[in-house]
Amino acid sequence: MKKQITLTVNGVKRELFVASNELLLNVLRDHLELTGAKYGCGIGECGSCTVLLDGEPILACLTLAMAVDGSDVVTIEGISGSDGRLHPVQESFLNHGAVQCGFCTPGLILTGKALLDENPQPTEGEIREYIRGNLCRCTGYTQIVKAIKDSSVKGKA
Amino acid sequence: MNEKTELRIIGKPIPRHDAWEKAFGLTCYAADFSLPGMLYGKVLRSNYPSARILSVNTSRAERLKGVKAVLTAKDVPRNESVTRFGQTHVVGGGFEGLYRVLADRKVHFMGEAVALVAAEAEEIAEKALELIRVDYEPLPGIFDPIEAMKPDAPLVQEGRPNIITHYEVVKGDVKMGFSEADIIVENTYRVPFVDHAYLEPESGMAWIDEDGVITIRVSTQVIEHFRGIADVLNLPHNRVRVIGTYVGGGFGGKEDITVEAFLALLTYKTGRPVKLTYTREESILSHSKRHPYVMIYKTGAKKDGRLTALEAKLVSDAGAYVYLSPWVLLYSMVNAAGPYRIPHVKVDGYTVLTNNTFTSANRGFGAPQVCFAYESQMDELARRTGLEPEKIRMMNYLEKGEALATGQILERHVALQETTEKVIEALEERTLPSGQMRIGRGIASGMTSYGRMVFLHDTSRSHVSIEMDGSVTIRAGIQDIGGGQASSLCQITAEILGVPIEDIKIYIADTALTPFAGTTTATRQLYMSGNATLMAALEVRKVLVHKAAGMLGIDPESLDLVDREVIDKEGTGKSLPLKEVVRACASDGVPLYHVALFKAPFRNIAQFERIEGQVFPDFTFGTHGAEVAVDEETGRIQVLKLISSFDVGRAINRLSVEGQIEGGAIYGMGYSLTEEVILNQGITMTPSFSEYLLPTSMDVPDVETILIESGDGVGPFGAKGVGEPSVCSVAPAIANAVFNAIGVRIYDLPLTPEKIVKALKEKKDMG
Ligand code: FES
Ligand code: FES
Repeated sequence: MKKQITLTVNGVKRELFVASNELLLNVLRDHLELTGAKYGCGIGECGSCTVLLDGEPILACLTLAMAVDGSDVVTIEGISGSDGRLHPVQESFLNHGAVQCGFCTPGLILTGKALLDENPQPTEGEIREYIRGNLCRCTGYTQIVKAIKDSSVKGKA
Repeated sequence: MNEKTELRIIGKPIPRHDAWEKAFGLTCYAADFSLPGMLYGKVLRSNYPSARILSVNTSRAERLKGVKAVLTAKDVPRNESVTRFGQTHVVGGGFEGLYRVLADRKVHFMGEAVALVAAEAEEIAEKALELIRVDYEPLPGIFDPIEAMKPDAPLVQEGRPNIITHYEVVKGDVKMGFSEADIIVENTYRVPFVDHAYLEPESGMAWIDEDGVITIRVSTQVIEHFRGIADVLNLPHNRVRVIGTYVGGGFGGKEDITVEAFLALLTYKTGRPVKLTYTREESILSHSKRHPYVMIYKTGAKKDGRLTALEAKLVSDAGAYVYLSPWVLLYSMVNAAGPYRIPHVKVDGYTVLTNNTFTSANRGFGAPQVCFAYESQMDELARRTGLEPEKIRMMNYLEKGEALATGQILERHVALQETTEKVIEALEERTLPSGQMRIGRGIASGMTSYGRMVFLHDTSRSHVSIEMDGSVTIRAGIQDIGGGQASSLCQITAEILGVPIEDIKIYIADTALTPFAGTTTATRQLYMSGNATLMAALEVRKVLVHKAAGMLGIDPESLDLVDREVIDKEGTGKSLPLKEVVRACASDGVPLYHVALFKAPFRNIAQFERIEGQVFPDFTFGTHGAEVAVDEETGRIQVLKLISSFDVGRAINRLSVEGQIEGGAIYGMGYSLTEEVILNQGITMTPSFSEYLLPTSMDVPDVETILIESGDGVGPFGAKGVGEPSVCSVAPAIANAVFNAIGVRIYDLPLTPEKIVKALKEKKDMG
């Protein structure tokens, strides 16, 4: 049974017909062609599918699209400026070499952004705690933690 | 260019060219690509580790609405061939194994592919799998390689012995060596199956192009599998094209064929585009693993610490198919005695078929396993001789000009003295113990080759051209698996042609359009394709400089290319914009491109049984240091400090090099503490990330990286490879630190809390 829902995705209102068992991850990737959110495990264990739901990081692979009818969704495609300018967290990831294969990157940048929106001056420990659900197999996290920390400092200046 | 000339772009910590797209979330990974009218592929896998297939009935699945193809072994034009790994030189000697696309008559491990489905929707394909009926007759399996070596063991693959390979390394006379020893240490070490756990599961998409060419866009480390895929379809090699995507992590797990042959078959049969992405569970269940080893080590030393002899027996579990097992074992053989001067050495190695998941390449390729053993042994010897762990190592490290036990001369700088000193320095003050937390620290050193074995006759090609406006194009058939492989070629070219990196566009990984650059494995791309690209860029530069010299009336020797200009180095102020020189060349019909071929040194192997002589182009040496806190009650280990020091030859991109070394250290830390694919009678007990535990941001310390730049590598500008070497000695460093903390040694990875608690209890019981 399909039902109509409304989502605001990256600032644009979208009316969608979704099945009751359809996941937000599939709606974003298959219907809206926003492939920045990734399938890494499908069962909430890796964080690759992270998007922001009303500003909070959530796992799109565990979220039924119908359950978030009316919400505001931000994906990695939606955080840079309309002129193509990088969000400060994105820029910091580049400058710190926090991007290797890049598969975890959208999820980690969004999680980093959510943390800084909520706590603009996190300690290293708070950063590590906040991003613990986002696995990265390539970097060992050192440069990711530094990137988030550094964008918080820059954001303040 | 090996000396430390001042370079403009090489060595700088600049963001990679691919980082922007990745940070924007726009990089189109294998699963992010779709085509109109595409079908979804799925694979039916065996539920038994060892069984006869009595019958396969696909008729109900075929009748399901939306199902477009159901294929079994009988539908594969050539179901059995030989495993190749992109190598074009046939080595023979039992070095290659059986490649079987779909199980036929028997299944040999749990998760082996039995049938393929393509359907209009993923759910339909899943439903179709349920409708395929396979009747199995379970057979006794064999799951322990030591058991599998026995003469009466059941055979895993019909018609071939379970022992795939036996190699030996012999130097001097170990009997004599042990008789000269004052101290002998003898232990048995075990290391587990490990999953690559790249975050991007295996994925690809295939279609038939307008000329009838089977085209496969896939996440792979080896686009040159196109030949093997064409063989499966019985098609000429030039009728199959593989396009490699940016890969969401490889680590050796995308070195063998994964989805390619399945996709090719499904698209060939249906004429429609087909997409296939493994689920995480399927990935853990069915793709290759790192080899578990049993390693019996005996090491002898004089009272003063000098090593006299080393004897080792290695047995690796190849799982149900050969794949890269003989290669991995060969690496272990060469590495088994470590980077040490030992007069008498004997190593025996076996790799053995079992009904476990097959094993193949995994970052480090046989080097980390033996490093765990030889570096634990060194620590034991340090304790027994009363020497500091660094002292006994520094006394015995090989130096440039000396030979490994195989006789291979180390022709390049061996930086172990420096890396060890740096690590000791960086460990600094010992953290103070508190409560039930015991603090300990350990070091370990290692060596890992970069570049493929020289008897594979490895080559790489790269094409560099300059356009009319002075922008530059590189075409190279490399796969980028996240290590900055493509970006470093851009940096090398930018340096040589005097243009900013943003003026460079690189096309990679397309068997139809980019010159073959070989596999992204064996830490070989910077070495091989870096050198090929350097050669090509230098040729283009030569043409430009020659032309500009004529135009300016200056000796070519005194010209340089800087910031899109040709300038007089002598400071006369004479210069020309680069694009003007390009235009002049174009109107003269001078080629503004060059395709270079770089060849590694070629050698042939005299015999396979006894490993001798030069096997590798060069090695990367490094040391890890760890400080740990061990909770004596719970057995939990926390890594407080992790230090990696490597001679990288020359850092082409500092950010990338450090990133590789940090990531490698944590990859090794997972191997040390938590990662293990547990197989019970061939059945995977750890099919998800809640059982297979990767390090999270909470578990890991900041890795401190200390680079040594000897400039003495065989890569471009004297660079060495670091991708795999960065993992090698982490596990023994941590195990040695644990020993230092609590006085018990664990001989089996991973070092789980249960093992620690048990070992502490045994120690206490013994009083
Ligand atoms: S894909 Fe959602 S957590 Fe892994
Ligand atoms: S960069 Fe590859 S998983 Fe994080």
